[in-house]
Amino acid sequence: MTDQRMEKIIGILLRTGVMLAAAVVFAGGVGYLIRQGHEKAAYATFHAEPQILRTLPGIASGAAHLSWHAVIQLGLLILIATPIARVAFALVAFALERDRVYVVVTSIVLAVLLYGLFAPHS
Amino acid sequence: MTILEFTPIVFLISIVAGFLGALTGLGGGVIVTPALTLLLGVDLRYAIGASLVSVIATSSGAAAAYVREGYSNVRIGMFLEVATTLGALAGAYLSARVPTSALAVIFGLVLLHSAWQSTRKPPADQRGDGEDRLAHALKLPSTYPTAEGPTHYDVRHVKTGFGLMFGAGTLSGLLGIGSGALKVIAMDRAMRIPFKVSTTTSNFMIGVTAAASAGIYLSRGYIDPGLAMPVMLGVLAGSLLGARLLAGARTDVLRWVFAGVVALMAVEMIWSGFGKKV
Repeated sequence: MTDQRMEKIIGILLRTGVMLAAAVVFAGGVGYLIRQGHEKAAYATFHAEPQILRTLPGIASGAAHLSWHAVIQLGLLILIATPIARVAFALVAFALERDRVYVVVTSIVLAVLLYGLFAPHS
Repeated sequence: MTILEFTPIVFLISIVAGFLGALTGLGGGVIVTPALTLLLGVDLRYAIGASLVSVIATSSGAAAAYVREGYSNVRIGMFLEVATTLGALAGAYLSARVPTSALAVIFGLVLLHSAWQSTRKPPADQRGDGEDRLAHALKLPSTYPTAEGPTHYDVRHVKTGFGLMFGAGTLSGLLGIGSGALKVIAMDRAMRIPFKVSTTTSNFMIGVTAAASAGIYLSRGYIDPGLAMPVMLGVLAGSLLGARLLAGARTDVLRWVFAGVVALMAVEMIWSGFGKKV
């Protein structure tokens, strides 16, 4: 695989991920506005989001039960996952090119990204 | 204000931010956060969380167009992403330990720098003498399309560029911005990469950098779906519109107006930072 071809596929991958994420966020947003539109918007003081909107299992189960907040979070998760998928794809491509240096470089980036997404943070 | 009134206002602000961000190359994040905090009184942490996800959206959404032009360099991007993602983790950890008043001041200073940067013309491509052995070991030099056909370019000062990128990543994780301006400075000024290659590769890197800290913001409860929804959709729509409408337009006057607005927001951010009780 040439670098040009790799970049072309990466571009398509990114655009698809973003469009999918935007569609899910939009669908969740419509449901949220219908359900909670009349409530007061309260963003002046910071309260950390509830646990269910902060973890992968919480968001997944919330979205499955059509909690609109969780559906929006699911879309945002897809969005966050898009660049990570891009790096994972580059890792495969460099491996196919037998480019050892860049397999190592890309693995480091991927490890950092997965740590940010999965490691518990407080 | 009810959510039905609040959401469209946030959406409109975000469209304008994304539009101006695409136009000036600064990205929407740097505008949407101060606009939300200063105009709507949104807590800075919510604004940063929402802006961070919009940064991923604009970077990834624009990437397909850049790739078609054949400018970005996937090796330079990946190598420097080691620095930016580690920096982003550091920034995200710092953000929980720095008081919001200090965050506001830092944000204001970054805004001031962005305003200054946006009034400057893209510099002519510079060529330095001397080889960087590290650059060759990492296969960073490449070619890019010009009027005279594919042209070769070298890459210099790899270590300096790497260090600057760690700083750019830290600011991105700390403030929820793309810090594209800093990334371009590192590649363009320090590493002497042609401007077109710098900007497109930087745009590619922004999404990956933001994704590194976004997971931390999410698990810390900084990303509110009700706020992030209109911000992400608005900034994305605005930036796609901006990139399409103004691909070849003259933007000199707009740049100055924009720089003025950003500078004003910068001063207000710094002012609000000092005004708050620590």
